Amino acid sequence: MDVLTLSRLQFAITSMFHFIFVPLTLGLSILTAYMETRYVITGDTMYLKMTKFWGKLFLINFALGVVTGITMEFQFGMNWAEYSRYVGDIFGAPLAIEATVAFFLESVFIGLWIFGWNKVSKKVHALSIWLVALATNLSALWILLANGWMQHPVGYVLRNGRAEMVDFMAMITNPDGLLKFGHQLTSGYTVAAFFVMGVSAWHLLRKNETDFFLRSFRIAATFGFFATIAVGIFGDMSAVEVAKVQPTKFAAMESIWESKRGVGMNLLLLPDPPNECNSVEGVCVPNAVSILAFHDPNALVKGLKEFPPELRPPVLPTFISFRLMAGLGTYFILASLVAMILSRWGNIQKQRLFLTLLLYSLPLPYLANFLGWVVAEVGRQPWIVYGIMKTSDGVSKSVSLSQVVGSLIGFTLLYGFLGVIDIYLLAKFARKGPDNDISSMIKPRGQEA
Amino acid sequence: MELQITWFILWGVLWGVYFMLDGFVMGAGMLHNLIGKSDGDKRVMINTIGPIWEGNEVWLVTAGGVTFAAFPTTYALMFSYLYSALFILLCALIVRGVSYEFRSKEDHPTWKKGWDSAIMVGNFLPALLFGVAFGNIFEGLPMDSAGYHGSLLSLLNPYGLLTGLLFVSLFMVHGALYLTVKTTGQLSKRSQSTANNLWPILLVVAVAFLVYTNFATSLYVNYLAHPPLMVVPLLAVAALLAIRLFSAQGKPLAAFTASSLTILMVVATAITGLFPNLIPSSIDPASSLTLYNSSSSPYTLKLMLIVVAVFIPIIIGYKIWIYRIFRAPVREEEVLADKQAY
Repeated sequence: MDVLTLSRLQFAITSMFHFIFVPLTLGLSILTAYMETRYVITGDTMYLKMTKFWGKLFLINFALGVVTGITMEFQFGMNWAEYSRYVGDIFGAPLAIEATVAFFLESVFIGLWIFGWNKVSKKVHALSIWLVALATNLSALWILLANGWMQHPVGYVLRNGRAEMVDFMAMITNPDGLLKFGHQLTSGYTVAAFFVMGVSAWHLLRKNETDFFLRSFRIAATFGFFATIAVGIFGDMSAVEVAKVQPTKFAAMESIWESKRGVGMNLLLLPDPPNECNSVEGVCVPNAVSILAFHDPNALVKGLKEFPPELRPPVLPTFISFRLMAGLGTYFILASLVAMILSRWGNIQKQRLFLTLLLYSLPLPYLANFLGWVVAEVGRQPWIVYGIMKTSDGVSKSVSLSQVVGSLIGFTLLYGFLGVIDIYLLAKFARKGPDNDISSMIKPRGQEA
Repeated sequence: MELQITWFILWGVLWGVYFMLDGFVMGAGMLHNLIGKSDGDKRVMINTIGPIWEGNEVWLVTAGGVTFAAFPTTYALMFSYLYSALFILLCALIVRGVSYEFRSKEDHPTWKKGWDSAIMVGNFLPALLFGVAFGNIFEGLPMDSAGYHGSLLSLLNPYGLLTGLLFVSLFMVHGALYLTVKTTGQLSKRSQSTANNLWPILLVVAVAFLVYTNFATSLYVNYLAHPPLMVVPLLAVAALLAIRLFSAQGKPLAAFTASSLTILMVVATAITGLFPNLIPSSIDPASSLTLYNSSSSPYTLKLMLIVVAVFIPIIIGYKIWIYRIFRAPVREEEVLADKQAY
């Protein structure tokens, strides 16, 4: 193991850990804001209880998401100094803009939302959670524009020994960034929808607070149905974009070795990278890959053999992750469709089997998010910036092996410890259910003392 | 040229504002068990910090992000050279952040005691490490064209440690004054006397720092070349003395304003002394990172300038609004009555 491998491992671990919390934040902030808005408009205290209950889970999740985000920003300089130096002129801007435009808004108004229940009017209080939701979503935009640039660098010139920005508009309209943003945002909403449905299912199975959890379930199911469809649409558009600008990644996602026209999709497929072929191929849907990639049944799809082996990404993890992610995505659409129909027009409380299925489906959207990032990042290898800088050239020169070993062990232990506590607390408050004593919640302004 | 200088000044301002704002959070956190005697005290203290600490920490994220965008070479080298120190800093900041959130979530004495310790350590370590890191930057890092020749241990030299001590004592006084303003009764009184007791220590450390700086760093060179600049450190000293004056007169808000100004002026003093270096080299002046040789292109600097010129005033606007909403001191009855409170 060398500094490069360990730095990659550390980045993977710290970003995956950060990403246990981010997707739920993206979606649950919107659901909480919606519930509070319903409370403000209708005055129905059930919605206030919902805001408090889901808001509490939101906050327990949010805390760890925020603090682990700082590690991400610092790590570019700590472990990837050569990368930072080479691309900082263009890559640093979206990160700095993210902090200035989005992160401030999020962090300031979350404080008002948590501590301001009796300090501001109901409307201003509801506005504060909407601002938090807006800011977390905006924050994702800038981060994904930064990542989109690594996938498909635009708006730069190589000058003075580095990549310098010459066209900011090109960067912020980069389709790779914007499609990633759409795909990620809606994937976050999917996580939140299945989280709320899963927790609600647990209570509905126990006949706890049926009215409360039925309403929560209904909101989440509808939200989830539209979100999962959007995930699919953005995913399809992203695949088209990848096929266009990252042919090696696309070939690895589908495990295509030979360049061909009218490529079909084998539903059964096992790549055999050492022999540069697939050891199992079967149940072929004709022309499917060509249609998926170029929306043209006879389109030419480049195979991996077109590229020298050292420029190909690891095929097996890219292929398996993509397949699994796409399969899960299809399942999410079907599950949330059924959930929406049963909770709106059927009798969901009686569908115990389906509720149990949804309960155990709670972790699956998280898994799909991880797999998607494996496709995006492993599939980009060996490049750190596709086509212009190799990952191996980006690592810090001054950092020693023992330093990275130390930080890798340290982060893993600390994150593991905090992750266990966080999940314990989430489970504890999720099981506890809503607080029915709302007397302490509704206090007229100015009488708090 | 002007763009790079503007960004150098902004870089200093961002660090200054960060230390001013997170300084009292760190200070209050370091004094958590010392000023807070009962669980009620501690909850009140957390509730004074709760609404604003995250917004304050974002100034650090912004300072880091801006260093990345405006001075990428400095960002890359500073962060990789100070690797181990930053790793410890990150762990401490992570622990601190979750402590405020987690402490109230379980009603068990061991649980609460654990998070109380985490709050103290999680605030002490960043204060110390920021001081040590900046002390070493003032001295210059041992770097040349071959790279970096220092280590975590070499950062812990006497001047680095003294600067760490300066940050710790300054933030403690600052935090104690914040608690004086933001709490009531015995807790407020205890905070005020803590600030008064700590102030002489701060004074001794500050004097030692000013004297040692003359021997360990080149920060005074700019001042000797341009004597009118002396007004910056003089303001720092005046603000430091004003802390004591106002505190003794029973004007904690004025004293807190003075400690805020002290922090801003200490940073301004250092930045003025560093100019035009962001990080000087202690072994090879040609390898120093300056605002000229480590900055981004004019295009990026101009773009980022527009972004901060538009958004920083907006941020300051809504932050002032939030601070006004939470301006009243936190009372124990209020915290105990609200079972959702932290």
